[in-house]
Amino acid sequence: MMLASYFQNMPEIMIRALVVGTLVSLCASLLGVTLVLKRYSMIGDGLSHVGFGALAVATALHVGHASMAVSLPIVMAAAFVLMWLTEKRRMQGDAAIAVLSTGAIAIGTLLFRLSDNQYQDICNSLFGTASMALLSDADMWITVGVSVAVLLLFILFYTRIFSVTFDTSFAKATGVHVGVYSMMLAALTAVTVVIGMKMVGAIMVSGLIIFPALSAMRVCKRFRSVMITSAVLSLVCFFTGFFLSLLIEAQPGPAIIAVHVLAFLVCSLVGFLNNRIRARRNRSIVVEPPCKAQ
Amino acid sequence: MALLTFESVGLSYGGDNVAHDVSFSVQAGEFWGIVGENGSGKTTLMKALLGLIPCASGRIVMGEGLKPNEIGYLPQSSAIQKDFPASVYEVVLSGTIGWRGMKPFYGRREREMARANMDMLGLLPLAKHSYQELSGGQQQRVLLARALCATRKCLVLDEPTTGLDPVVTAEFYKLLNEINRRGMTVVMVSHDVGEAVRSCSHILHPSCHPPFIGTEAEYRNSPIGRKYLKETAV
Repeated sequence: MMLASYFQNMPEIMIRALVVGTLVSLCASLLGVTLVLKRYSMIGDGLSHVGFGALAVATALHVGHASMAVSLPIVMAAAFVLMWLTEKRRMQGDAAIAVLSTGAIAIGTLLFRLSDNQYQDICNSLFGTASMALLSDADMWITVGVSVAVLLLFILFYTRIFSVTFDTSFAKATGVHVGVYSMMLAALTAVTVVIGMKMVGAIMVSGLIIFPALSAMRVCKRFRSVMITSAVLSLVCFFTGFFLSLLIEAQPGPAIIAVHVLAFLVCSLVGFLNNRIRARRNRSIVVEPPCKAQ
Repeated sequence: MALLTFESVGLSYGGDNVAHDVSFSVQAGEFWGIVGENGSGKTTLMKALLGLIPCASGRIVMGEGLKPNEIGYLPQSSAIQKDFPASVYEVVLSGTIGWRGMKPFYGRREREMARANMDMLGLLPLAKHSYQELSGGQQQRVLLARALCATRKCLVLDEPTTGLDPVVTAEFYKLLNEINRRGMTVVMVSHDVGEAVRSCSHILHPSCHPPFIGTEAEYRNSPIGRKYLKETAV
């Protein structure tokens, strides 16, 4: 059987894929909640296209074995530019994203052609590698290191990220350096896009970021529970999608995202039913007295 | 020394001068209302007070050990997304963020502060409820509790009763007056001149020339005050 032979023949490769997938899924799901709430979802999407262009640059420079060392700084620079344009309103944010992403795709495709590459390379960058086992040593260690750093930063700054996301001007008035956190968010998004791209491809990586957050928000109404649900959903969808892709011998990327779509539909249904039940119950709720201070 | 002193402050917003040479001082325990129509520069004045925008000229001096990030701010309700998933407790607790220094998480002192303010405003039964599912009046009370968590001395409110019905508005002003009576200095921006005059001890009306600055009684008897009170009464 296909699945069994995978376990027997490539245990180390499997473990590699599962470790990387777990870390990337966690990063994407946590960051996704903030991005969706700050209405930055499209920044993630724009960055993934820049990521495609960056991969093309890496291929053209013949450093395909450590492509992340090239694509990380490029995508991060693009993230800072996009965030700066959006915050300062130098340009309409959505227009800036469209310009950057189509430009990057065009230049990337040309670079792939000029560097005399197989069609397969373009396909892999767009739709994810046929098997995550193809991740090079260098790329794997970069992924592990970077995603652990993203998770640590996220946990350490969790309360400030909440404050900035919920109400920017209040955060600013209480002395939180809002600009620094916006830039940190941009950097973390860039990093997550680059490492997620290897797994599910440039086209689908923003799904990895946005789906778990959206699904979690359908069923949870508190920030912390949204975060936790998002992380758990992301892991469940990753494992389900990954093993599904082995079973049907498909690429893991589309399989993982397809499972995310399914999870989103289920969560939407649960959320819808929940709201109806709650609305019925709330009709009988009593308003409590406003102030016991008097 | 006064809690807040504006020393010939000039402000601009989007290239336009909205305030020119404004000088006044707020003593601890006073209740100031910054009133006027939309676009009169009242929100810009308040933002300068909070340190959100710089002064074009002059300066704002804080006394009695007040630091710029120790002002409790209640922004306009439209500044907050209606569909944000957060519990009442999470929102109120986030008000204590300025007291924490570099610590990454909330400690016992912050949690107790949040709980005490929620208790005072009657929010404890709602602690685990979702902010987005509350009524407008309840949401404002949550934001007030958060603002109280951020300060011990001075509250700044931006149009706190916009969108609230008259009963809830009256309740909210009652709360504010009670908090003010306990020694909290309050600076409120409002287009509702009538309500402001009823609650405030001092009025700043920046759009007239020169801007009106004085006590509530002086405002009632001033030409500008009479004009606005008559207009809003109709």
